[in-house]
This record gives sequence, structure tokens and C-alpha cells, in this order.
Amino acid sequence: MSDETMTLFSPRLAARFDALILKYPLRRSALVPMLLYAQDEVGYLSDAVISEVAERIGITELEVRNVATYYSMLRFKPAGKYNVQVCTNISCMLRGAYEVYERFQEELGIAHKGITADGLFSLEEVECIGACCWAPAIQVNYEFHDELTPEHVPGILAGYRSKAGVPSDGSLSLGWKAGVPSDGSLSLGWKAQAEGNAPHA
Amino acid sequence: MADVTFIVDGKKLTAPAGTLLIDACRKAGIEIPAFCYYPGLSLQAACRMCVVRQEKVPKLQTACTTTVAEGQVFITESPEIAQARKSTIELLLGNHPLDCPVCDAGGECELQDMTFKYGAGESLYAEAKEHREEQQWSPAVYFDRPRCILCYRCIRMCGEGMDVWALGVQNRGVSSVIAPNGGDQLDCEQCGMCIDVCPVGALTSGSYRYKTRPWEMNHVSTVCTFCADGCKVTLGVRQVNDGSEIVRADNRDKSGINGDFLCAKGRFGFDFVESPERLTKPLVRNSQGKLEPATWEHALRFAASKLKEIRDSKGGASIGVIGSNRTTNEENYLLQKFARTVLQTNSIDHVRSTDYAALARALAGHNCKTASLRDIATAPAILLIGGNPTEEHPLLAWNLRTNVRLNRARLYIANTKPIKLERQAKAALRLPADGYQAIPAYLGGSDDTIKDTAFREAVLAEESLVVVFGQEYRGQAVESLVAWGLKRGPNSGSVRFAFLGDHANSRGAADMGLLPDLLPGYVPVTAPGAFQEYPGLPATPGKTLPEMFEAAGKGELGALLVVGANPVASLGVDPAALKNTFVIVQDLFLTETAALADVVFPAASLYEKSGTVTNTYGDVQLAKKAADRAGVKPDFEILVRLAGAMGVDVKTLVPFGKDGVTADLGQSRGAQAGEADRHAVWLAANNLEPRLSPFDPLAVLDEIERLVPGYTLDRINLFGGNDVRTEPGFVPITALKEAASALVAPAHDGLFTSGTLGRYSPALKELEQHQARELAESAAD
Repeated sequence: MSDETMTLFSPRLAARFDALILKYPLRRSALVPMLLYAQDEVGYLSDAVISEVAERIGITELEVRNVATYYSMLRFKPAGKYNVQVCTNISCMLRGAYEVYERFQEELGIAHKGITADGLFSLEEVECIGACCWAPAIQVNYEFHDELTPEHVPGILAGYRSKAGVPSDGSLSLGWKAGVPSDGSLSLGWKAQAEGNAPHA
Repeated sequence: MADVTFIVDGKKLTAPAGTLLIDACRKAGIEIPAFCYYPGLSLQAACRMCVVRQEKVPKLQTACTTTVAEGQVFITESPEIAQARKSTIELLLGNHPLDCPVCDAGGECELQDMTFKYGAGESLYAEAKEHREEQQWSPAVYFDRPRCILCYRCIRMCGEGMDVWALGVQNRGVSSVIAPNGGDQLDCEQCGMCIDVCPVGALTSGSYRYKTRPWEMNHVSTVCTFCADGCKVTLGVRQVNDGSEIVRADNRDKSGINGDFLCAKGRFGFDFVESPERLTKPLVRNSQGKLEPATWEHALRFAASKLKEIRDSKGGASIGVIGSNRTTNEENYLLQKFARTVLQTNSIDHVRSTDYAALARALAGHNCKTASLRDIATAPAILLIGGNPTEEHPLLAWNLRTNVRLNRARLYIANTKPIKLERQAKAALRLPADGYQAIPAYLGGSDDTIKDTAFREAVLAEESLVVVFGQEYRGQAVESLVAWGLKRGPNSGSVRFAFLGDHANSRGAADMGLLPDLLPGYVPVTAPGAFQEYPGLPATPGKTLPEMFEAAGKGELGALLVVGANPVASLGVDPAALKNTFVIVQDLFLTETAALADVVFPAASLYEKSGTVTNTYGDVQLAKKAADRAGVKPDFEILVRLAGAMGVDVKTLVPFGKDGVTADLGQSRGAQAGEADRHAVWLAANNLEPRLSPFDPLAVLDEIERLVPGYTLDRINLFGGNDVRTEPGFVPITALKEAASALVAPAHDGLFTSGTLGRYSPALKELEQHQARELAESAAD
């Protein structure tokens, strides 16, 4: 695939895919990591992403979709620039995750899988993110926030708003294009997560 | 593998070690229910219906994945097992709509049967059922998601069985759903196998849905009228005002030569019989030169008197006869007998799709050298040269795929173009555009234009080999290829051949002597004493098809009788050539040829008559009358009536009646005296009763068996609905002259086309358009 001239992905990711495919005895074993990396870079699994991944591995688009739709971590629609994932599994739930989750819903005015009108935030209720010791915990993109109470919520959101250069009242919309990060902070992987000292989910 | 003995429900069973318990039980008559298990496909173990108790094993085991071993003890029915199955059904019914009264599968639904048997009449599930609207995936396939029980049969059938991989499963758990490859459309071969294997009514057929209930139909097993593979097809027919209509075609009992398989044409293409363009009245050209409807009596009398007048005034040689690739053997035999004995002409031909005469010539003197379609499903090694079975011989392609998948057969493919079956091939050889001629020399080691020696060595290393070759081979090329095979190596006894042709009975047309130079069984017309019962047969070869039209153009062809063929369109004949010829056409539709005729007789299709057909591999099967259409007659009856109207003693054409043809069983002068009724003697010797009607094609089948070399048929199997072999290797070597191979004009019908019949099938046209659209869309992506 290195002679691929038209690609959706950054040269770095494309090169990474080329190497990844050769790493496994079966090419299709590279499918799930490729989908994750592609989602990190593009923001979601668009039809074009699925088509290119299928072509790179040499399987049909249908086969890519069969696998991709199985995993709830993979999405087919753009998420917000900051995708807030609230864990409500048992440890978090016992320590008040639903209160935190409800507060996020109130603050953002969106529900599960919702996306704010400015495209800055999206919200998801997710299964265990492996931070039970510091429950309740949430994950924003690959950043963890733990031992939360509902009172933490406005501060977390304000932090991301200012990071994105949006006034805290949200009155000025910079017209974020959902799912298309401009600063590259989301791309390529597990770095942020490793820094956040979280085990792999 | 070695046999092992095990006990099921107290019965001692024996099966080869490693057999799946479910198969071993079914063979012994112990039915274990299963939704996801399907013989021949990979194991899924998804439905949990086949659970059985195995001694010394703590939990219930799935019979579909348990392999039998010595000394095992199983129980397949007990209150515990019944409860487990009942619970499974309860779960499956959790979201099943229970719309059985309107579901196509109602009455032949495996879920319905199992619910009936295990009685999951109550449910503990109080949740509302999730409803989804049905989807149309293609003109042929509809999907009703709530009915689906996620057995994965359709996915495996499409992928493993058809090698199309157009279906998948998306999402997971309760939201799992079967999904087609084209988003909401199916881009595939439209074979309908997914509908066939669906145990419930989740996948339904576009042509059958909401039309009838299974128990309202009569089910008639007959032979498909399209390609030359000759699949057995079960037609569901229902009474209507003007006869009986075909509502459905499938392979209900899976008993035929095709087992599970049926393609788009066999399954959906039958609607040509209902075409509003069907001819249902004879047409006669009036004084204004227009074809107008007439009575059968008038049309027959008119045609017969003209034929007789032309024969008596201009001689039989001025009459041409063109036969069909889709009429029965009996009709073809009768047609050539009518032409040769009544019209006194050898100018009889058909639109040849393959040079079968060359195969007969090449195999002359060798017995058991042809491969049946069943052989191809079990042969350890197959060499496929030319052709494109996936498109033109779907059952052959299915057999090859199945053989490779289940028996690890080795498939070798030599072709000028890439074909889909190469995915199953052990080795593929790409030939240059004119490379077919060089193959025999290449395989024999005396050709160096083809460089790939590894392919040759692999083929030569095979101990036994079935060679399947396409219409690219004709005449001398067939003979060189066969000669290579017959001489091949130390194990030359283990090579068999199959030659691919086009239509349902192309092979039968050639076998039955619809050829100007060959009588039935490829006996040359010049051979002394051939068919000596019919003295006065014209002994010189007649005109070939192009020669007839040439003669017509010169005004030398007095009359032309065309049965079930459209040479004007298929050979591009100039219509003006026929203006001085009296043309009689028997056909289903007003084809380009029929439009030029002076008399047109409306003929019955293969689905509306009985008789035998021979597929391109030489397997003979019995076609049974399924549908009926007011106004039409089988070609057999039309010919008999035409002969009768010409004043011929019909008994000399069709040997029928209790008194025999000459009312003499040979007692008075002896069977060899030349005047005995040989047919009656033969019938008596074979314990057969004489046929009572001149319209009974089986009377001619008797004569075919008696007179045509190679057609010694295993009648019990034939009438039981099985395929039986013919053997073309009987022809005396010296008697054969070089076949006129230049006349072969293959039709190359694909998955959705089939000559005249396909043109009048709305279902096939719609499928073709759908696939063209899908192709255009995927090309645009």
C-alpha cells in the first residue's frame, strides 16, 4: 500500500498502517487497531475511512463494517471535539457516577451520544474505563478525570472551553467542525492515555 | 476413517469416527432439531437447539459440533432436553413477530415446527417486541428483520457456498442484524440461496412473497429449462382460470443432481411462461400478408397440405427443418424422424452451441470416459479449460467450489481471462488469446509457447483427472485434447471428460440427430443399414443451417419447419431470404423467426410438458408437466398432429397402441424376418407395456432406448426423478466423418440471460438491471 497516492490519512498514519498490516500472519488481524487509529485521526469512521481500510487490508467493506459495528468504542458519526465518556459501571455507580452523568447532561444540554450545537462536546455513557480505584471517573478523549462529584463538572467543561479558546459563557462560537481536530492533539494514539497513568481499557 | 460404535437413545449406531453426531443420528433416522446447522457449511453452534445429553459429560452438548467416538452414549430426547430446547425457542420468540398467518414461510417454517413440537406457548418475556420495517435488498430478496433468528445460514451460504460474501452480521447481541454488502442493497449473483436456507421467513423471495400458502400449491419436480447443467427444480403450481400457474421454483427436496443448489434463472426465471406475449392461438398468414389467429384444425390442415405439396412437387430435399435446444429428447427424435421419413429430407439442423459431434467422434470406441455432473462434485482433481462456469454453468461452479471446500479437490484452471473460480484453484494458467489450441501439445510436453511448466507438472502428477472444457474447443481441437487425455501416462484409465454447452437440451438435440449428416446417436446418414427399420431414408447428408438459408435466398428452399429456435435473430439471417419459402414455426413467442412465418403454432414450454432432457454432461433427467396453459400444445403433439394431417400413419412415427405397429409380434415370420414388429418384441423382452396414446412421449423414449446407441437408461432411477447416465463412447470409429465445427455458435448466456426465454422473463430482466445498477454504483465509488 505504500504506493497509495490518494489517502485520507496523514503520511505518518499511512506509514504506520503499512507496517501494521505486515505485522500479523493474517492481514485482517490489523483491522481493529487500524480502525482505532483511523478514528483517532479522522474523528469517526466515515464511509471513506471504511473504504480505505478495506482496500488496504484487502477485504470487503462489508467485512469491515461487520467488525466495526461490533465495538461500541468505534463510531460512525462525528463526536464533539471533546468526547466526554462517563463510566457508570459498578464501582463508579456506587460512588455517584449517575449524579455526575446527570450533571453533565444538564450542563451540556445533551443526552447519551448527543453532541452540542457548537460541536465542542459530545457525551457518552460507557462501560468500565479501568479507573475503578478512583471512581467515579470520566474520560475526555484520552484524558482521565477521577474521584469526581457533580460539583467538578462545570470546572472540567470550563477548562476544555478555554483550551479551545471559547469564552466560558459559550457566546462566541468559533464554528468547530465536529470531528476534525485542528491542533493534532488527538492524533496517534495512546500517548495521552499513557501519560494519564491509566491501564488500557 | 474407521467406524466406531456408539449408543444413541439405547440404539447401537455405527459411523466413521469423527462424523458429527447430528449427521450420524439423521442417517439413522433420529431427528435432532437445529436451526444453525446446515450440512456442508461451517459449524456455527449458535442456536443451541441440537443439545443432547452425553454420558459422563456434565452439561448438555451440541450435537452439531460433537464428533462421534467409540463407546459414547447419548440421549437425544428427555424431559431435560425438551426443556432446554423449549427455553431456546422461548428466547428466539422473544422478538419474533409471530406473524405466521401472513408469513411466506408459514407452514414450512422450521421455527414454527419446533415451537409446535416443544410447545413454547407461553413466554416469560414481557418486553415489547422491537419492530423494524421490512427491507427490499434486490428485486429477488426481501429481508424482514424481526423474523430473523440469527442462525447465520444465509451468511455462510453466500460466503462459503457461493463465494460471493454479500451478507454479513452487524452490531452485536440483541441488536445484531444481517446486513447486505451494498448498504441497503444486495450486490451479488442473486441466486436466492439465502432465501432457500433461511429456516424462517426472514428472507423472502420477491417473486413469491405474499402470493400463496405452501399447502395450496402442488409441487412438481422437473428439470430447469435454462442452461445446460439441467438442475432439478420443484415448481409450486396453483390452479388458475386458464390452466395452472407456476408460483414458485425451488429445490424443495434437495434430491436432484443439484442437491441444494439453484441459481437465479432456475429460481426466478420461470415467469416467462406467464408472459402476456405468450402465443396461445395458432397464427396463419392471411391474403393480406398478416398473421391472424386461426383454429388448430385450420392451421394444421393448411401447414400439412403445403408441406405435402412442396414435398411431392419439389422433393424432400427442398424442405429444411430446424430443431431446438430446449425441446425434449423425444421431441427432437420425433422431429428428425418426421423430417427423414415423412418429409424425406436430411436437411435438419439446430443452432449448435457446442460441437458435441466432435466429442462423440473423439471418444469413439472408448467407454466410460465422460464425466457426469456428479463426478465433478467428487473427483479428486479437475482441469477446467476455457469457459466461465460461474456465469454460464452455475451448478458446475457450485460443484467445483463444494468439491474444493469439502473434499479438498484440486482444481486447475487454464483460461485466457481471469475467472472467479480461480479463487478456488490450486493453480491457474493464463493463456494467450489464442492459447486453447496449444493446450494438448503443452500438456503433452511438445509445446514451448506456454512457459508455465509447474502447472503442467501439477496436472500430470494427478492420478485421476476430470477434464472440463468449454465451447472454445471445436472439431479437431476437441479430438487432440481428448487424444491427449486418453493417452495420458500410466493411469490413462482414470481420465474423464465434460464438454460445456449452452441450453437445457443442446446435448439432447445433437444426441437425437438434429444434424444433417448424423442420425440419432451420431450414426452417419451414409452408414449402410443404419436405422434399417425405416427403409428409404435419404442417404446423403442434407443442408446445414446456413446452407438452408442460402438455399432460401436463391429460392431453392420450398419449406422450412422451425421448432423452438430463432435462427433469424441468433444467426443474423436476412429476413428477405425467406420470402419465397413456406415457413412453419413452433414457438412460445412471436420471435423474429416466427414473425416471418406463414403458420405459427403456439408451443408449450418445458414446464408444461413431459419428456426427458440430457444435460451437457450426458445426464438424462425426466421433465414432468407442472403448469398448464390453455391454447398451447407440446411440440410433440404438434408434430404428431401435423404428420396425421399429412396423411401419415402415426403408428409409424410414434410406436403406440396395444396391437403394436404392425400387429405382429414376430410369431408368424420370426423376429429376424424383417417384417416383425421389432418394437413390440423389444417391449415384451423388456417387460414394458405398450403406450396407449400417440401423444405419449414415452412411446418415443422406448424407441430411443431401443435404437439410439448410448441411451440405455436406468429407468427406475429416471422415473424416480434421478439423473441417469448416457454413454457416447459407442460410435464405431470408422463411421465418423469430420464434424462441421464452423457452425458452432455459443450463446454465452450469463446469470440473468437465457436466449428467447430470458427475453420474456420480467424477473430476470429486473435482476439484470439491478446488477447493472449495482455495478455502475460500485464503479462510481
